[in-house]
Amino acid sequence: MKNKTSSSLFLILKWVILLVVLAAIYLPLIMIIVYSFSTNRTVGGEYGEFTFALYKKLFENKALLTATKNSLVIGLVSALLATILGTTASVGIHYMRKKTKAAVDAASQITIVNTEIVTAMGFFLLMIFMRDTIQIPVNFSLGWLIITHTIITTPYVILTVSPRLKQLNPNLLEASMDLGAGPMRSLITVMLPQLAGAMISGFALAFTLSLDDFVVTNINSFGANVETISTYVYSGIRKKLPADIRALSTIIFIVVLTVLIVFNIVKNKKAKNAAKKINQQ
Amino acid sequence: MKKKTAKVFRPTAFASPYLIATIIFVIIPLVLVLVYSFRGANGEFTFENFRKVFTDKETLRQLGQTLEIAAVSTAICLLIAYPIAYILASAPFKKMAILALLFIIPMWINFMLRIFALQSLLSMLGVKKGFGAAVIGIVYDFFPYMLLPIYTVLSNMDKSYVEASRDLGANSVVTFFKVTLPLSIPGVISGISMMFMPIFSSYAITKMMGDMNTTVIGAKIANLFEYQSIGNYGYGSALSFVLLIVVLLFMFLGTILTKRSPKAAKPVKGGTL
Repeated sequence: MKNKTSSSLFLILKWVILLVVLAAIYLPLIMIIVYSFSTNRTVGGEYGEFTFALYKKLFENKALLTATKNSLVIGLVSALLATILGTTASVGIHYMRKKTKAAVDAASQITIVNTEIVTAMGFFLLMIFMRDTIQIPVNFSLGWLIITHTIITTPYVILTVSPRLKQLNPNLLEASMDLGAGPMRSLITVMLPQLAGAMISGFALAFTLSLDDFVVTNINSFGANVETISTYVYSGIRKKLPADIRALSTIIFIVVLTVLIVFNIVKNKKAKNAAKKINQQ
Repeated sequence: MKKKTAKVFRPTAFASPYLIATIIFVIIPLVLVLVYSFRGANGEFTFENFRKVFTDKETLRQLGQTLEIAAVSTAICLLIAYPIAYILASAPFKKMAILALLFIIPMWINFMLRIFALQSLLSMLGVKKGFGAAVIGIVYDFFPYMLLPIYTVLSNMDKSYVEASRDLGANSVVTFFKVTLPLSIPGVISGISMMFMPIFSSYAITKMMGDMNTTVIGAKIANLFEYQSIGNYGYGSALSFVLLIVVLLFMFLGTILTKRSPKAAKPVKGGTL
């Protein structure tokens, strides 16, 4: 009896710990959402009346809208490039000999383990070197940010696609080529359909990492006048951030939450269907 | 003819675009960091940049503070994340997948917006900007990255070890310290490594949450590049090069620790019990 009450006490304690930490995680986000419908300059001030004024202001704030657009463009294009580059790389690495494979794997880990500021500076010096020393007509720009984001996210695509590749029949590609299909055709018609799931996960990961990036973007947009959401918020610290940032945050929170919930429902449904199929058999 | 080209083509060639990109955009930049760090203001070879890194009091103070911030926030984050991961991986909670998801959802929201939200809340609560607020910001930002690897290790752990330990008479406290904790060390190391070094670069957080005296070394490097005249990047490069060595050292340490821990667990696996 005593044991039972103490274990249920423990259960309550566990719930309390979980809920306290969850509250700490979500309270800031909830306050921003609540105050996105108030016009007070600061969160926590007098609420006033419920209004969509900040949302209206957001859609008139050209700088913030451009920053959001840049974030999305850089994220989508670099994630697409990273998915292509990362998938072809995974296939190539998969067929390498052990020693070459180890060397390439180590090289692909460099940007993952390196401190981001050093990676960012490396890109910066490369641009300076290309522009000033060997005088190629290039400069810091949206395109340069897309390239840098592609480079830092590609290793994560490789990490996502490679494990799936290991589960495939190792002779698939060679069989296809022996039967007369060219290498590109073999890759596209034989390998890609089987890697599609992993490629989508890789794309999603690359996209989120790109959206979340600050350091590489900050250092590589000196003088380029390209702002993303991250650099916009950062440069706003010195001035004062406009309150409509709260409206943008609310929209992003809701989009992220919806996407994750839908994704999980679809995933659970698929798992259930698969279980059903096995049961029927 | 067509057949011949197909035979000559090796599948490894698919990796070549990536390899070329890696050489141009990853290897060459690192070489440039090294070259610039030995370059003086007029392009001459010099050790001056490195001498400055190790003698400049301001730089040393910032390096020290970075280590302090990194150590304190990593420790706090670990102390919060471990119990949460442990609870989430234990009996009634393990089945509630949505609960674990709730803890890591913030990972998908832009971190600057999250820090902005946290800053708004803290200033509403009257918390002053400074060292403490910066640590809170870093813990808040990195929490999911610390939680996830520990949770993954704990929830994939073979529960029969715990049962065996209990059957053999150890109470739950002893079982935790002798069985669960050692088996979860790889997750803990992975969590620490996802947090400790990245803190060196998280100057955005210290700038938003800290005061004038609270900063990480990343801020210094960013400043050195933003406000330096072209052709004078030597000091910043030398500082980056030192950070690169620190990263390598920590990686080396991490590999040794991870390699050791499964060995410690192996006798259990081998059936000495």
